[in-house]
Amino acid sequence: MRLFINGEAAEAPDGTAVTELLKLRRVSQPDMVTVELNGEILERKTFDTKVLKEGDRVEFLYFMGGGSR
Amino acid sequence: MSLTESQIERYSRHIILPEVGGKGQEKLLAGKVLLVGAGGLGCPAGLYLAAAGVGTIGLMDRDVVDLSNLQRQVAHHTPDVGKPKVESAADKFRAINPDVTVRTYRERLAAANAPAILRDYDFVIDGTDNFASKFLVADACHFAGKPYCHAGILRFDGQLMTVIPGKTACYRCVFNAPPPAGAVPSCSQAGVLGVVAGVLGTLQAAEALKFLLGKGELLTDKLLVYDGLKANFRKISLKRNVNCPLCSESPTITELRDEAPAVCACARGERC
Ligand SMILES: [Zn+2]
Repeated sequence: MRLFINGEAAEAPDGTAVTELLKLRRVSQPDMVTVELNGEILERKTFDTKVLKEGDRVEFLYFMGGGSR
Repeated sequence: MSLTESQIERYSRHIILPEVGGKGQEKLLAGKVLLVGAGGLGCPAGLYLAAAGVGTIGLMDRDVVDLSNLQRQVAHHTPDVGKPKVESAADKFRAINPDVTVRTYRERLAAANAPAILRDYDFVIDGTDNFASKFLVADACHFAGKPYCHAGILRFDGQLMTVIPGKTACYRCVFNAPPPAGAVPSCSQAGVLGVVAGVLGTLQAAEALKFLLGKGELLTDKLLVYDGLKANFRKISLKRNVNCPLCSESPTITELRDEAPAVCACARGERC
C-alpha cells in the first residue's frame, strides 16, 4: 500500500502497524518519536495495534532538546 | 510614548514598513520578552530583539561561558569565557541598543521561580537545552497564560512551534512527556551545526516580534521542521490533543512542578 510519510510517498506492506513501520523506516529510537496519523497525534500505547491503511498520512515528529549549552 | 529623532532614524527601516510604522515600533519598545536560556537559541534571538528595539528583554541562564559554546552562541565572545552567560549576553544587547532594558536572572527556570518571573513578560522564548526545562517552560507558560515559542535543534535539524496557551496546540499535545532516560544522546555525542541554532533562534525572534506587533500569522497549530542538510522547511499541521496531559478538558497536570531531570548529564546541569 502507498503511504505518505513526512510528506513523501512511500510503500509499505498491507497490514503494517505503526511499530512495524517505525522498524521498516529504521527509526532506531522509537521513544524519541511522536507519530501523527492523518493529523491526529497517536497515543504511544496504540503503536503496536494501530494498523495503517492505503493513503494514510504519517508524520514522525522527533524530540529535539538542544538549544543552550 | 513618542519616538525621539534618533529613534526615528534607528528604526527607520521598521517604520517604513506599513505593518510596523511608528505605532508598531512603539509597541516593540513597550514589549517585554523573556529568553529562557542565553545559549545557541537565546543569543541570536536576543541580538535581533535588542536590535529591533524590544524595550525589555529578560535573560535567564545559570551557566558561565565555555570555550565550546562559541561555535554557535554568537552573543558570547572569546574574552567572555568564564563569565556568566547572562552578563556576557546582556552586555552585547545593551551595546547594540541603549533603548533596551535587559534584566538578568542567573538561575535556572524552576516551578518555584517561574510564576513570579513570567508574570511580567508578554512573550517567552524557549532557548533551553534539555527536556526537563523544555517541558517546564511549556507548563509554566500554560499556567501563567503566556504565549511562547518552542525551538529544538539537533545535528543539522531544527523544529519550531508557537503556542497560545488554552487556544492552540501546546508542546505536550505533541510531546506528551520527556523521553525515557537513556533514549537521548548527550549534547556532545549528537552535536549541532552552529548555524542551525542561528536559523531557529532568529525564527523565534520573528515570532516574538509578530506577536508584539499583532501582525501576520503566528506559527500556531503547526510544527515547522527544518532540515539543514537539504535546505528544506516543512510545516506540519497540528491539532490540540484531546488526551493532552496539560491543556485538554481533563488534564493530569494541574499544577506546576519540576520535571524529573532524567535524560542526559546536561539535563542535570552537568557538562556532557
Ligand atoms: Zn496541550
